[in-house]
Amino acid sequence: MAKMIVDTANHVAGYAAKNARVKVVAAYPITPQTTVVEKIADFVESGEMDAEYIRVESEHSAMVACIGAAAAGVRTFTATSAHGLALMHEALQWASGSRLPIVMAVVNRAMGAPWSIMPDLSDSLSQRDTGWMQFYCADNQEVFDTIIQAYKLCENEQVFLPAMVCLEGFILSHTYAPVSIPDQEEIDAFLPPYKSGWMLNIDKPYSHANLVSPEFYMEFRYMIQEAMENAKDLIPKIDKEYSRQFGREYGGLIEKYRCEDADLVMLTMGTMGSEAKLTVDKLRKEGQKVGSARLRVYRPYPVEDIVNLAENVQMISTIDRHISFGMEGFLASETKAALFDQKDRPIIAGFIAGLGGRDVTSETIERMAKKSLKTMREGRLENGTEWVDLKE
Amino acid sequence: MVTIKELPREEYLLKGHAACAGCGPAVSLRLLLKTLGRKVILVVPACCTTVIQGPYPYTSSAVPLQNILFESAAAGASGIVAALKQRKIDDVTVVSWAGDGGTVDIGIQALSGAAERGTDFIYICYDNEAYGNTGMQRSGATPYGAWTTTTPTGKRERKKDMPLIMAAHRIPYVATTCTSYPLDFVNKVRKAREIRGTKYIHLLAPCPTGWRYDTSKTIELGKLAVLSGLWALYEIEDGKFKLNLPSDRLVDKSKRKPIKEYFALQGRFRGLSAEDVEKIQKWVDEDWDKYCRLTATPDLALYTKP
Repeated sequence: MAKMIVDTANHVAGYAAKNARVKVVAAYPITPQTTVVEKIADFVESGEMDAEYIRVESEHSAMVACIGAAAAGVRTFTATSAHGLALMHEALQWASGSRLPIVMAVVNRAMGAPWSIMPDLSDSLSQRDTGWMQFYCADNQEVFDTIIQAYKLCENEQVFLPAMVCLEGFILSHTYAPVSIPDQEEIDAFLPPYKSGWMLNIDKPYSHANLVSPEFYMEFRYMIQEAMENAKDLIPKIDKEYSRQFGREYGGLIEKYRCEDADLVMLTMGTMGSEAKLTVDKLRKEGQKVGSARLRVYRPYPVEDIVNLAENVQMISTIDRHISFGMEGFLASETKAALFDQKDRPIIAGFIAGLGGRDVTSETIERMAKKSLKTMREGRLENGTEWVDLKE
Repeated sequence: MVTIKELPREEYLLKGHAACAGCGPAVSLRLLLKTLGRKVILVVPACCTTVIQGPYPYTSSAVPLQNILFESAAAGASGIVAALKQRKIDDVTVVSWAGDGGTVDIGIQALSGAAERGTDFIYICYDNEAYGNTGMQRSGATPYGAWTTTTPTGKRERKKDMPLIMAAHRIPYVATTCTSYPLDFVNKVRKAREIRGTKYIHLLAPCPTGWRYDTSKTIELGKLAVLSGLWALYEIEDGKFKLNLPSDRLVDKSKRKPIKEYFALQGRFRGLSAEDVEKIQKWVDEDWDKYCRLTATPDLALYTKP
């Protein structure tokens, strides 16, 4: 029998690492990630979790220690935020290039300067091209379920890539909510022990990650791209399999809400997806054909799902809790890129909202939706990107 | 103590590696692997050995070798040690083999962290006193007065005393050694393997390419560095300092060779003035005063066994 607990998403991430039977955790504290690694420290020291816990001196070392441990054949976990993730940047690429299935919780936090400890997605999104898969969660339960699913995905021999499971700081990390924690035996049945693709082994002494000439380098990059494509096929399957066993499903790569006959779809990531549902319900009551969709997986980017979503809608409005300076939000750019080859593509408007923890409530999203409906009816987009609730 | 004749015949640094002619580090790497045998995992950050091992799909290492980021040799080793512990493998020695830049500069944080945590591994810094792999730029281990490509008129700062920095971590074993004293190196590696916790070995490894001397003189140069007192061979076991052969015979200053002889053989010291040499001699004497005081009181420990 699964057990219901009421706890924060950070603690829940700790439970997931324990139930995934992680063997090595290497971590360094940073707000608002701290309670993840504190929970794990409690688990390890009380003997509830049979793992080595390396209290490293930096996030860079945290990631490299995970690389070493994964290379030596065990399941690994770490967690970080914002500047910690940025410090890891170099090591992230060493992990994906080495094809090691490390899973990391990223507790999203805005980047400085100026200092901010509040949430936005610019920390993880700026790691877009590191070869890591990226999941974004909308509630505490999804954090638990996604971490378990992520191990299953990362350790698939068609994939062998690392993954970030992202959750917004404070909105989820420190917020108590009910979560169902399955029995260990059930998790074990879903997630078998880690079987590595390659391993440091004195009986098979290879040199790993040594210097590569132009003759081979591109092929190694191509294999990562192939693995990402494979992951795109596997994620919905793993989600379905998880649902059969635990009764919870997240729509695979993208969670759609009342999109079937929608004219306008609000496309979001993370917790804004939960708020957008409330907006949709309200506008539906008012007779507006509005739906919402939440990108659950950002890398690999679900191009086909976006194309599907766009088939019968007149407009898609993206809400980015992030800005790529000098351009627009990634969600806006990549939605446009995904739909460029389509004949009858919808109008695509981009909103920038909620940077540095500014509230994005269902009312905020309602204002964006109403503005979008006006644009849709007029059939003309005046301003490609709009910053929401920006002070004069 | 092992003799040359007792060294294993097996080779784990294979023929055809890509080191420069006369490479000091390659001589010592071969000895390291012979000494440790097959039950070892090497962790190599960016350094000359990135090239020496040969490019994919080749390798000159017959033991598993994990290449890792420049500043991360000790962090990578920490992860491997933790995983081996979880897998209940206790007969494999994890060795970080890193250059001086990757140790005393960019890698010092990860190394300090691993030592503070008491990570059970051997860290060997092979010190050729500059960033050799990138073409001889100065590092924190480059000595005063030495030409490098980023100190074209000679370095104005002194070499960092890394072994004593490691001793300040109160680890069970710190040792200095030199390519030119193979038995000293081999015996220190053997001793380190038997000790649990963090072991640090600092190996002075002459580099003909960077130091600008004839490739046949690598061993001679290492000997001159030691016999002139510029580099002392010692070990610190559980805080107890001990000079080793032949440095223990150099407590008497008159037994030391003139440092000028060492400088004269190398192009990198061409710009040294007479005043520079005098200044360096003063620093050498200061170091030896310290070594002599530590040796004169054999019961004195820098720190005690935990």
